[in-house]
Amino acid sequence: MSAPALGCTNTPVLKERGQREVFCGLTGIIWLHRKMQDAFFLVVGSRTCAHLLQSAAGVMIFAEPRFGTAILEEKDLAGLADAQTELDREVDRLLSRRPDIRQLFLVGSCPSEVIKLDLHRAAERMSVKHAPHVRVLNYSGSGIETTFTQGEDACLASMVPTLGTTAEKELLLVGALPDVVEDQAVALLAALGITKVRCLPARRSADALAIGPNTVFALLQPFLGDTHAALTRRGARHIPAPFPFGAEGTTLWLQAIATEFGVDPALFAKVTAAPRARAQKAVAAATQTLSGKSIFFFPDSQLEIPLARFLTRECGMTAIEVGTPFLHRDLLGPDLALLAHGPTISEGQDVDKQLTRARAARADLTVCGLGLANPLEAEGMATKWAIELVFTPVHFYEQAGDLAALFARPLRRRALLAPLAPKMEAAE
Amino acid sequence: MKLTLWTYEGPPHVGAMRVATAMKGLHYVLHAPQGDTYADLLFTMIERRDHRPPVTYTTFQARDLGGDTATLFKTACQDAVDRFAPEAIIVGASCTAELIQDNPAGLAGSMNLGVPVIALDLPSYQRKEGFGTDETFLQIVRHLAQPCARTEQITANLIGPTALGFRHRDDITELTRLLAEMGIGVNVVAPMGARPSDIARLGAAHFNVLMYPEHAESAARWLETNFKQPYTKTVPIGVGATRDFLAEVSKITGLAPKTDTTRLRLPWWTRSVDSTYLTGKRVFIFGDGTHVAAAARIAREEMGFEVAGLGCFNREMARPIRALAKDYGVEALISDDYLEVEAAIAALQPEMILGTQMERHIGKRLGIPCAVISAPVHVQDFPARYSPQMGWEGANVIFDTWVHPLVMGLEEHLLHMFRDDFEFHDDAGASHHGGAHKPREVRAEAAPAAAAAAGSMPDAGALLDQAVPVVQPSGEIVWLSDAEAELKKIPFFVRGKARRNTETYAQTKGVTAISVETLYEAKAYYAR
Repeated sequence: MSAPALGCTNTPVLKERGQREVFCGLTGIIWLHRKMQDAFFLVVGSRTCAHLLQSAAGVMIFAEPRFGTAILEEKDLAGLADAQTELDREVDRLLSRRPDIRQLFLVGSCPSEVIKLDLHRAAERMSVKHAPHVRVLNYSGSGIETTFTQGEDACLASMVPTLGTTAEKELLLVGALPDVVEDQAVALLAALGITKVRCLPARRSADALAIGPNTVFALLQPFLGDTHAALTRRGARHIPAPFPFGAEGTTLWLQAIATEFGVDPALFAKVTAAPRARAQKAVAAATQTLSGKSIFFFPDSQLEIPLARFLTRECGMTAIEVGTPFLHRDLLGPDLALLAHGPTISEGQDVDKQLTRARAARADLTVCGLGLANPLEAEGMATKWAIELVFTPVHFYEQAGDLAALFARPLRRRALLAPLAPKMEAAE
Repeated sequence: MKLTLWTYEGPPHVGAMRVATAMKGLHYVLHAPQGDTYADLLFTMIERRDHRPPVTYTTFQARDLGGDTATLFKTACQDAVDRFAPEAIIVGASCTAELIQDNPAGLAGSMNLGVPVIALDLPSYQRKEGFGTDETFLQIVRHLAQPCARTEQITANLIGPTALGFRHRDDITELTRLLAEMGIGVNVVAPMGARPSDIARLGAAHFNVLMYPEHAESAARWLETNFKQPYTKTVPIGVGATRDFLAEVSKITGLAPKTDTTRLRLPWWTRSVDSTYLTGKRVFIFGDGTHVAAAARIAREEMGFEVAGLGCFNREMARPIRALAKDYGVEALISDDYLEVEAAIAALQPEMILGTQMERHIGKRLGIPCAVISAPVHVQDFPARYSPQMGWEGANVIFDTWVHPLVMGLEEHLLHMFRDDFEFHDDAGASHHGGAHKPREVRAEAAPAAAAAAGSMPDAGALLDQAVPVVQPSGEIVWLSDAEAELKKIPFFVRGKARRNTETYAQTKGVTAISVETLYEAKAYYAR
């Protein structure tokens, strides 16, 4: 598992601008509202925003959601109604109907940003009015400013200024992961003797977080650039590491933290040996399918580079193009260094040009959004929905096998259905 | 400003996409920010389309706003024409682009693109998806339809079917067949499957069949005024409506109505004694106005149900639906507020809901069976099989679809007889739905209370949780408490499998106490 000296660190990046086939940052609400169980996300936007959330959520999985859209109407835009007054009224109504809500996020959208509706002022005003029961924050999930997972980044960054202050040496894990995965991480760290661990976002607003100059933080997701900057401004220090995908990624991530906390190498080896071996075993099962296959990533979640690192180094795949909506070198440096030189690294998107490249490459597996998957399948290419990588627990040792299996499944399915080839008819 | 949790209709530009995606050889250049491309997945995922919708999004970002978004739009138009070589393009703005007032119509019109440019004016902050389909199709027809001689044979255009419609694909087939039986050919079907060049020859038909007023009534009126083409007013969903439709076609064409009903089964199915139990079932009907009106008539006249309430989400149909409700002695609910619809259903406590996929959800929450009769649609409303709503086969399909969610004849009696039986009680659900057995006590208290407390608990989860048998491993294998706790963190829909796999694994390894370690050893063992 020797690292190539610099890997893709200095690979020139193909920067593209044009039509982007990606979600906007509002989409993050789908998982953030599950993670923060006493929070409500109120998008201030248009019918399009409401329709997006409904469609992206797999259409109404939750009967009574903790998110909604305050839809701007003609009279709000024409200035006939004071949007701030209107918003106050809707929020009052919402909070009186949902007394279980302790945190309210006012989420900006494309229309609210274009008309320059000041949600920060609104949040401050409402925080005073509804204190101490409800804390009101704001961030923008608009498509003109954020791409898909950047919505989570904006949300977490908005929480940083509200965190308390501490002088304790504590570890902060940053990024919204499913509770079961977060628990695994905390248990592993505890086994290493690192017990002062907190998570951002906390599951409930009452689980108060505090940071200070002795706080060190580790990122769980590669798309948290603004949160990283906000934490740094508060004096916390980042522990750079590859992201915890796969056996190798998880080990290196833990190692970076262990080094920071001066964990005895023998203890580290003892704690990580068994789960690491399990992860390798589980990944090996999928590797039988993945080994020797090529992969092409359309940009989606910013997870692409760490995932390409995992698939090429642990599953024997070859990356042809690794597209990412935004390349944050400060955070992805360790992953880029491990990714062997070879693939095109692209940032941003001009979807038609990229489709031309993808068709020319005809990778064994193409990772793309839901809008492109069926059309590419109909052209005979195997695809993997990128969104599943964000909606599925994939971090750390115990999920390494699941992560590899997500990529193996489309290929296994194709093999199973081979007798129905060459071309299945799709819907008219 | 209005708070919305779930919406029945998308914004009007999604309506325009439904028209563009249904057609061939047409391209839609949409001035829109990054993120609006989500709408593509409605078509590629819900409808399983094998092509991207023919839409180019300009994808402007914040940094473009101070600069020249107009040039961005023009570049997108030129690229789209060069790349996709459409016969015509439609241009418009989504909600955000409407605010920056770049005037897509004027920009594209000034470009000399070499193809007809049809400008759409879809006010995003006033209107919705249904308006978008109707207005877009009207503009396409106005711009492209040319006066032309009538066909020699009597022909009709079938107008109204769009992408993402409820069973539009199969309704076309059924109607084509009904008309063929009368000796009437189909001139053009539009928008679905039509090219701009087909729109040009709409005028050759002798009349128009207006399949879905929601999507094509404006175009039907325009064609009536400008091409003197009459259009049918009856939507042929249900036996009675199909007969009326054929009579109307006969009146328009002078041809004798052919009512070859050899393949129609609904009348006998509903008269046969097994259907006695359907008598007077109280149903609540909600959806788009057209489908609701049709469903109400079928419910009362053809199924023997009692219509307990009805309504529609599209205000455009408010007037006819109010009149209809009066006829049925109920108050019409005209609303696109999901919570209001839910409250109405909860208050009425009908025995069945005939609704959209939104009401299916309400039904799940309230424990009321639901059959879907209208858009908005979900992936499961696009069946692989032939499944029209219109015509004789449509009536057959509707009978099956509406009866399926109900508990059937004799079984219903048994449930009444053994109402308090712990295994065989009326909370257990219809046996033919294959749900796992639900013991009575657990459900009565725990699930609703938990759902209320959590606020947004996935309701299916609450039910399925109970479906997982509480295994008391026979003697040898026990779950240590931390492993049991870990298991509970696994999503409900794989928890049963995880439990089984872990126990099997433990058995083969001779492990008698399952720890967290065992759980994950097993997980790795079964990983694939």
